[in-house]
Amino acid sequence: MKIHEYQGKAILARYGVPVPKGKVAFTVEEAEAAAKELGGFVVVKAQIHAGGRGKGGGVKVVKTVEDAVTAARNILGMQLVTHQTGPLGQKVGRLLVEEALPIEKELYLGITLDRASGKNVFMASSEGGMEIEEVAHHSPEKILKEVIEPGIGLSGYQARKLAFGIGIPAGSVNAAAKAMIALSKAYDEIDCSLAEINPFILLKDGRVMALDAKINIDDNAMFRHPEFADLRDLAEEDPLEVEASKFSLNYIKLDGNIACMVNGAGLAMATMDIVKYAGGEPANFLDVGGGANEEQIKNAFRILLSDTAVKAVFINIFGGILRCDILATGVVNAARELGISVPIVIRMEGTNVAEGKKILAESGFNFGVADGMKDGAEQVVRAAQ
Amino acid sequence: MSVLVNKNTRLLVQGYTGAQGTFHATQSINYGTTVVGGVTPGKGGNTHLDRPVFNTVADCVKETGANASVIFVPPPFAADSIMEAADAGVELIVCITEGIPVRDMIAVKQFLKERNVRLIGPNCPGIITPNECRIGIMPGHIFKPGNIGVVSRSGTLTYEAVGQLSALGIGQSTCIGIGGDPIIGTTHLDAIQLLNADPDTHAIIMVGEIGGNNEEIAAAWIKENVTKPVIGFIAGQTAPEGRRMGHAGAIVAGGSGKAEDKMAAMEAAGITVCASPAEIGQKVKERLGL
Repeated sequence: MKIHEYQGKAILARYGVPVPKGKVAFTVEEAEAAAKELGGFVVVKAQIHAGGRGKGGGVKVVKTVEDAVTAARNILGMQLVTHQTGPLGQKVGRLLVEEALPIEKELYLGITLDRASGKNVFMASSEGGMEIEEVAHHSPEKILKEVIEPGIGLSGYQARKLAFGIGIPAGSVNAAAKAMIALSKAYDEIDCSLAEINPFILLKDGRVMALDAKINIDDNAMFRHPEFADLRDLAEEDPLEVEASKFSLNYIKLDGNIACMVNGAGLAMATMDIVKYAGGEPANFLDVGGGANEEQIKNAFRILLSDTAVKAVFINIFGGILRCDILATGVVNAARELGISVPIVIRMEGTNVAEGKKILAESGFNFGVADGMKDGAEQVVRAAQ
Repeated sequence: MSVLVNKNTRLLVQGYTGAQGTFHATQSINYGTTVVGGVTPGKGGNTHLDRPVFNTVADCVKETGANASVIFVPPPFAADSIMEAADAGVELIVCITEGIPVRDMIAVKQFLKERNVRLIGPNCPGIITPNECRIGIMPGHIFKPGNIGVVSRSGTLTYEAVGQLSALGIGQSTCIGIGGDPIIGTTHLDAIQLLNADPDTHAIIMVGEIGGNNEEIAAAWIKENVTKPVIGFIAGQTAPEGRRMGHAGAIVAGGSGKAEDKMAAMEAAGITVCASPAEIGQKVKERLGL
């Protein structure tokens, strides 16, 4: 789960990572009040779940409360386009109004999982404020890494090594190391899947601070953190994806016009690939899971068809636990209840495939029945044209 | 022959009396797997599916001589179940559970380092040696005994590949579903090393997907060490960056984990990489000259 910068900063602050004084604002009035409280010299920052907000015009430094109001008015409600939002951008519904600070140096701190060793890795770089992928590409030697030992966490010596390594002056090293250890502790305790502070800043007066916070929380660990449920911002998610998540369906909206319904994540990805290979564009990723029931199939179908871009549907099921007869019954019932507006091609294989095909054939609907994945993909691409 | 599991495997089931445990234990018994009993804490002393139920894995191992375990325990408790099995000396642990937090698996990985056990999964379909032993949730009837080893991160995509092989009359030695999570017990490399050492495995199918770089690591080893034909496929060539595609581990992030990089690494290692998932069986046939 992704959370907003202001939410991430609030969590990090609880662990002892220094952050600027700031307030979230949902309205221009709230932004004005916050700017007043902070003395007028503030930064107004759009809160969306995407990076590159500054370049897209979503971050403004202002000197007066009046200018803060103007900035808030311009940014709130804007459709902010960054390299991470896609061409349509993301509507800004919240702002963070924060004290502006005299920056001496911009640095980078981050933690991520190293899959090969099965341990988290703490990364620090002197090249803050730019995309870390860029740094990794052009000057990988400028990214320093320390392995976080499970059960121990980031040790003091590791934090100091990183702090000295990225050029933090001796007088500020202890404060920086303390912030790094706090970040590492937060990462572990709140089950992060990613944490980045970019930039982590050194101030002219020698203090250090997290000027940004990108925190992702491991969805699988949410059962341990019921208090984080409120941090989810549904406005940041595609409405169809939100709807699908209510039925435990793994649905991701894409830009094409061929809807896909598949069981299993790997086969669902492979189905998108083969649709593309056959000359089509997938409209979505949808994994109905290994043990889908009729009700889930029906809801999946409804969600697929409510995407207005969809011109044809490809159902690709390799029945293991999910039996083909159950799938066929679910599809037929859904078609009866919801009506079918576009061609549907079904490919089924595996458990009870003969019964499944019989149910489809006797349904009275004109489903395209495919023989294998390739045939199915080719049929559905033709049907969508 | 085969790897890891065969007719001598004595399987215990953790989460034995639950719905999933019951259903798949029954399937495994019907397939001919030697299921010796199971564990559900608090239900020890009962009989389930004509086999004894124990309170702890240690009791079960002591009484039944189990040497493999399959775990159908909900995510909050699954990591604990893996460690319990490892501590009881079970040599092969197959964890089916999907949704275990990464933090729990980091701890498990450390725990297992000190013990001589192999973990397959989590979030995997299991492992099968056709006509000998089925552990997990795979549909047994699609498999056919033979000489192709299969390793895959995905369940249904494994079935797809196996379905194509069986339809062409090509059987399998052992099929290993290694799982779709970021931290897994047995990687592509581990599985390929096992299959490469098995004299009755004549060719290997390696099915990967976006996320991480385990396929690249395996490819580098294959290049130096494997003379058997290897046929590969990578799912997620059309997946957008930054989105988790169903599996917790299937994500392209920060420019790494891309399908194209994996495919390039595999091709450079001499692996026959299928552009389409529909041609996996056919490519095996061609490579073997059948």
